[in-house]
Amino acid sequence: GTMAAAALLFLLLVAAAGPGRAGAGRARRDALREELLLSPLPAGDVAATFQFRTRWDADLPRGAVSHYRLFPKALGRLVAALGVQELHLALTQGFWRTRTWGQPPLQAPAGAELWVWFQPTVMDVDKAWKELSNILSGIFCASLNFIDSTNTVTPTASFKPLGLANGTDHHLLRYAVLPREVVCTENLTPWKKLLPCGSKAGLAVLLKAERLFHSSYHSQAVHIRPICRDASCLAVSWELRQTLTVVFDTFSSGQGKKDWSLFKMFSRTLTDACPLASQSKVYVDISPKNKEKELLEVTPAPASVYEAIVQGDKRTYAVYDLLSPSLFNTSRSLNVQLKWKRPQDSSELPTPVLHAQRYVSGYGLQTGEISTLIYNTHPYRAFPVILLETVPWYLRLYVHTLTIITKGKENKPSYIHYQPAQDRRRPHLLEMLIQLPANSVTKITIQFERALLKWTEYTPDPNHGFYVSSSVLSALVPSIIAMKDVDVEQSPLFTSLFPSSDGSSYFVRLYTEPLLVNLPTPDFSMPYNVICLTCTVVAVCYGSFYNLLTRTFHVEEPSRGGLAKRLANIIRKFRGVPPL
Amino acid sequence: ITDVLTAVALYLAIQDFNKVVFKKQKFLIELDKYAPDVAELIQTPMEMHYIPLKVALFYLLNPYTVMSCVAKSTCAINNTVIAFFILATIKGSAFLSAVFLALATYQSLYPLTLFAPALLYLLQREFIPVKLKSKSFWLYTMQYTALYLCSLVVIICLSFFLLNSWDFIPSVYGFILSVPDLTPNIGLFWYFFAEMFEHFSLFFICVFQINVFFYTIPLAIKLKEHPVFFMFVQIAIISIFKSYPTVGDIALYMAFLPVWSHLYRFLRNIFILSCVLVVCSLLFPVLWHLWIYAGSANSNFYYAITLAFNIGQILLISDYFYAFLRREYYLTHGLHLTRQDGTEAMLVLK
Repeated sequence: GTMAAAALLFLLLVAAAGPGRAGAGRARRDALREELLLSPLPAGDVAATFQFRTRWDADLPRGAVSHYRLFPKALGRLVAALGVQELHLALTQGFWRTRTWGQPPLQAPAGAELWVWFQPTVMDVDKAWKELSNILSGIFCASLNFIDSTNTVTPTASFKPLGLANGTDHHLLRYAVLPREVVCTENLTPWKKLLPCGSKAGLAVLLKAERLFHSSYHSQAVHIRPICRDASCLAVSWELRQTLTVVFDTFSSGQGKKDWSLFKMFSRTLTDACPLASQSKVYVDISPKNKEKELLEVTPAPASVYEAIVQGDKRTYAVYDLLSPSLFNTSRSLNVQLKWKRPQDSSELPTPVLHAQRYVSGYGLQTGEISTLIYNTHPYRAFPVILLETVPWYLRLYVHTLTIITKGKENKPSYIHYQPAQDRRRPHLLEMLIQLPANSVTKITIQFERALLKWTEYTPDPNHGFYVSSSVLSALVPSIIAMKDVDVEQSPLFTSLFPSSDGSSYFVRLYTEPLLVNLPTPDFSMPYNVICLTCTVVAVCYGSFYNLLTRTFHVEEPSRGGLAKRLANIIRKFRGVPPL
Repeated sequence: ITDVLTAVALYLAIQDFNKVVFKKQKFLIELDKYAPDVAELIQTPMEMHYIPLKVALFYLLNPYTVMSCVAKSTCAINNTVIAFFILATIKGSAFLSAVFLALATYQSLYPLTLFAPALLYLLQREFIPVKLKSKSFWLYTMQYTALYLCSLVVIICLSFFLLNSWDFIPSVYGFILSVPDLTPNIGLFWYFFAEMFEHFSLFFICVFQINVFFYTIPLAIKLKEHPVFFMFVQIAIISIFKSYPTVGDIALYMAFLPVWSHLYRFLRNIFILSCVLVVCSLLFPVLWHLWIYAGSANSNFYYAITLAFNIGQILLISDYFYAFLRREYYLTHGLHLTRQDGTEAMLVLK
């Protein structure tokens, strides 16, 4: 559809005149939009999603750009120098509980996740990937330099480009997850520094570390992708989206009641919009959950209400426009308050259409089994889902034990791509396209064996275990209500995260839990002892054989006896006992 | 099936070998090479009649063989090839022996060391004395070497054509030589390299691999009159010091023990060693379970049993070697040894 036309036109652009002519008639070459989405979750928690989108009408890989205004220079030069087509980096702490919280707008796995599409002009993709992960590790103060060939895979079907793409050769894609990575303030600070207004004005003033990390789920991400400049898609712009999703928990924030306000969540209120932003809005999800009267009351009263169909559901949002002069008339600061009108019934929790869970079973330190359960709760529609599993090499998967069972019967996947691991070089990669029948549970199990590693390959806390990164489920979920095509410029940012191909389904990417697996450990205090004892055994053999090979039998000559024997004989003479 | 084949091959081999030994004994008696009072040391046909059967039974009923059969290990196939190689060597067919040795080397590198005993036996059979200057010696050696190398090359090239790449050479032989996988087994290597300092790992890998091949030449020099015993000692050394030993390898050399049952009176520590071996074999699964499943023991426990088991094996082999050499001495020098002044003497190794 639109994507194919976009790809064709992108080819024409190579011979087209420079974008300078097209940009001459424009007032600005880059634009910033910021947005905060507050959505109360069914269980009483609140999810806040910040999005900062900088769009820059420049041709990064081609032109020698020297004047950076809103687009951060660090990222711009990175994209230009390493030939990056698309970059997605997410640092997450916690796990999004899809079953109780609903479908996430944009989920990321626990730890650090980095996936990058490179331009077709890049010759050595692995070298560029290594450089990229090292540079990003410096920019974001995260240990991304631990990304190497033992945790990088090349998925073939799961991660299609989200922006404009000129053909998809999957050898240009690299994906890596570091599930052990911890996210903290020192990762937030450089992320905030990339924002045009920093954390001094606009929505970013709410991003205070001591409140943000006191939450159940914290995910900050950077997405860079090329997009169409306008509807005719004659030119390419680069879009940088920085998203931050945080879920505040009633229990962890020490509040018994489920009334929220911006001040309670962030310990700050909004005072003004970022002066560099062309749009700055706060959306609050006030959709009535079961078509009765509203559950929520929002104060101050919103200036307008926006209705949209998001993820197959009709939703209503209260909109606060920070750039409109009428907003700050009554008070100097904006403190949005949400009050629950009636108590939440736990029986009314709506289940999302697609959710999954994963666990490891088995006993002992030798073998185990990874089981993934995928639930399709749609009443009558079946849809396929692509499952991507990356398992480290030291858990040796037995692919012949892979079973997929749906409703008691075996379910054969229509596409399997399996790449076995190589010790210390490559992890396992398993990608499958599985059809999920309506209203069913699919169980995928695979058995593995644990390897014994060299003592230097263990982490300093080896009995904590080793992490297996989350598996990725990508699906086009059929929606109950038909959705319209969104115009990226006009509609809110949270509706245009993923490109939509048609109105009948929406794209969802889910992650399962990471797993923690124990490996048998050698005794770390023993290296010298082990070397000595083993060499002793070898020396015993060598000694015995040396004796037998180099010496011959002789009749023993009588000897006078040593000193001890003579002394013993003297004592015996005194006792009257015969001598030795 | 392979186990039965191995047993049958060993049976036939030992039968032939017994005939050879008996002939040689008679020959030496007639030559008066033996001392007069060693009548009780000489092997009689009566006691030698049941040895092949005992060998076959030792192999088939050995708990180690049963264990490796239940585990469906490819060790049984290795054993079969080596058994056929021994049969071919003892029958005297140089071509078949070279082919089977090439097959055995192709599967795991270590049977390469069995080249020397096979060569010595075939030379003995052809009545070619092992003298460095003799032309017939070199001629026969060259023939045998050529046969062996040709069959090896043929097998490797067949593999190449099956796979269309040379990748299998680092995967198979590189794996055996460089020991990358550290799954615990009954050998000495795994824990050693799990706890090795990175700096020295290459050095110690080389030392351990040389250790297997190193005993061939000294043993060849010492045991050039008795190539079948040499073969037995060599197989035992391979199965103790190879990089991934299994109980199936142990079963193979244990099957030969009845052939030398006449050495029983000269074995020094046989009771302790057999106790050590039995106790260690029983403790292996117990300590493995404690380490991996119960979590109440350490990897050190299993490693200790590995050490004790290997020491038991090593001392068993050296004990048999000692007994063999001692019997040879007695055969040539008489059973009752007297010193210069007439009192009873003791034998020492000096």
